[in-house]
Amino acid sequence: MISNEKKTVSFRKILVSLTAAVGLVAIAAPAMAAGGAKHPREGNFSFEGPFGTYDQGQLQRGYKVYKEVCASCHGMDLMHFRNLGDKHGPFWNPKYPNPNDNPVVKALAKEAQVPDIDSETGEALMRDATTADKFPNPYPNATAAAAANGGAMPPDLSVMAKARHDGANYIYSLLSGYVTPPAGLKMTSAQHYNPYMAGDLTPFWEGKGHVPPGGFIAMPAPLRAGQVTYDDGTEATVDQMAKDVAAFIAWTSEPKATERKQMGFGVIIFLLLFAGITYASYRRIWKGVAH
Amino acid sequence: MSDHESTYVPKTAIERWMDTRLPIIRFGMDYANLPTPRNLNYWWTFGGILALCLMTQIITGIVLAMHYTPNTALAFASVERIMRDVNGGWLIRYVHANGASMFFIAVYLHMLRGLYYGSYKAPREMIWIVGCLIFFLMIATAFLGYVLPWGQMSFWGAEVITNLIGAIPVVGEPILIWLRGGPAIDNATLNRFFSLHYLLPFVIAGCVVLHLWALHAAGQNNPVGILIPKDRQKKDMLPFHPYFTVKDGFAIILFLILFAVFVFYQPNALGHADNYIPANPLQTPAHIVPEWYMLPFYAILRAIPDKFGGVVAMFGAIGVLFVLPWLDTSKVRSMRYRPTMRTCFIIFLFVCFGLGWCGGQLPDAPVVPGMPSFNLFDGQLNSYLWLTRLLTAYYFIFFLVLMPFLGLREKPLPVPATISEPVLPVTEQKG
Repeated sequence: MISNEKKTVSFRKILVSLTAAVGLVAIAAPAMAAGGAKHPREGNFSFEGPFGTYDQGQLQRGYKVYKEVCASCHGMDLMHFRNLGDKHGPFWNPKYPNPNDNPVVKALAKEAQVPDIDSETGEALMRDATTADKFPNPYPNATAAAAANGGAMPPDLSVMAKARHDGANYIYSLLSGYVTPPAGLKMTSAQHYNPYMAGDLTPFWEGKGHVPPGGFIAMPAPLRAGQVTYDDGTEATVDQMAKDVAAFIAWTSEPKATERKQMGFGVIIFLLLFAGITYASYRRIWKGVAH
Repeated sequence: MSDHESTYVPKTAIERWMDTRLPIIRFGMDYANLPTPRNLNYWWTFGGILALCLMTQIITGIVLAMHYTPNTALAFASVERIMRDVNGGWLIRYVHANGASMFFIAVYLHMLRGLYYGSYKAPREMIWIVGCLIFFLMIATAFLGYVLPWGQMSFWGAEVITNLIGAIPVVGEPILIWLRGGPAIDNATLNRFFSLHYLLPFVIAGCVVLHLWALHAAGQNNPVGILIPKDRQKKDMLPFHPYFTVKDGFAIILFLILFAVFVFYQPNALGHADNYIPANPLQTPAHIVPEWYMLPFYAILRAIPDKFGGVVAMFGAIGVLFVLPWLDTSKVRSMRYRPTMRTCFIIFLFVCFGLGWCGGQLPDAPVVPGMPSFNLFDGQLNSYLWLTRLLTAYYFIFFLVLMPFLGLREKPLPVPATISEPVLPVTEQKG
């Protein structure tokens, strides 16, 4: 009997040490989670955190960068002009709860031309856009977009901040992070080096030392200082423009983020109070009942 | 319990009228008064939480289906339209998407509770088996649902998982084509996945009825794990209502707080960013991974060098749960009184987390970077591949070796004769 018990104890000891070993591996494992690209820089955006909201001035500047720079190659098919006047959006004005009445939004829509048909004859024509129209896509279809850009179709930007890890910071870092490719990197003229782009440059690295971070991107550096004239007088540095357009894309990706966070605050306060009341009634019901 | 007699007395004329025609009020009252072991702890609240999860998924899902378009050209945009233009659509969709994760958090804790306290053992085998069936249906439903937004991970996840069927010798290929509705994943696949995703939750609901029926027949287990003797029923049991409705209710609210934190503040943290890229059959993502709740099984699939072997191992990992009641030879249910088994169980917990971690890594990546290693058969020893294999081995050893072996060999601690023995003062215990 005694010897049997001893054996069990030693078996347990083995198990305990095994547990410890597995635990150590589990702690050590995350240390290797390193990707090929450089970690995005912090944009310190106003909309970060549980109480963060979009900065309307920044969204307006970002829209201008998008319209004058990005939109010449990238579509934003999920966005309509009316969205610009939505609550918490770049041109939201409480005076116009229906964004289709917002004169700024109407004027912005009118600047664009969209394809349509003549309602009498059915003939194709171009007309001024209305608030109900989508942002115009620079290309008639995906094939045309790829053909015009050396085979690489510029991706749609509507939800780009959700489609990349750490979206807003990533877009900001990528756009402002173009650097001269390190000597020893074998690349073609259609490729551009960006340390924040996902990829693995090992096969193209002929230089000394570590393989540089990042990857090749088909898009050349899109922003030049002073490229956009901001209406609010902000100086249009590359860093500023990259940050503003990243904020704008964060908004187009999650236009309801502010509404969501505000509702969440109320919901959680309610649940906490409800939990308190329920706990009190639990204590009362179970009072004197051993369990 | 099976010998729980109905104490309901219809008081009003309409109740008496109903009671002889459709005794649904009696049924409800009997459930409310169900004698429940008084020592149930908070691990027993996940049943109620899961009922809430299923209802939430069905209700939000029905609303989403009103606005969703199951067409490869329109699905992605229709989901985004729900988030943008449908009133409260962002909330409904985020509740549904995060609800799936919450459902799995709750079901895993519910299953681990059953495992720890031996709730699968006689006379509760059918509760456990129906539960395993529900779990399997949940995995199928979640997989089908993940395909519907038609993002990159939707498409490529569907590609990888349906391809597994093709690994079955001889009949695999025709079944694969039949399942996909064509030689490749396309509109026909999306249409049938949508149809099945709408169907299966109601099959789950049906299984839940069976699960509860079996629970009513066999009675609830409890942390001590003993069957409550007939003469102790009055002393050791409490009516379900109000004692456990309020306890479950409190746990549900705490769970909802966690749920709300994800829905309102981290709605995309549990998903993969690539699923916001519209599906592109011509561009394979760098790293195809399933949702977190399937990662342990995905890891087991990849641990086996042979494709069909991997499929067998993956389904075997779920299948072994069905026969668990007959694998465990122990006479003691609760691991409270099985110290050796408890240690094995804790290792099992680590192994499950480890498998989940490995499932999200590239198999060839080193576990400890920079550590010199050597090739063992088809891979570096210092790689996730071999760590996964080690963990997979323990997963199966736990069920197939430790469960039968330890049950016969270990010396359990003394088990109390009644559930009130550990809680009630000695004076109250007599009776």
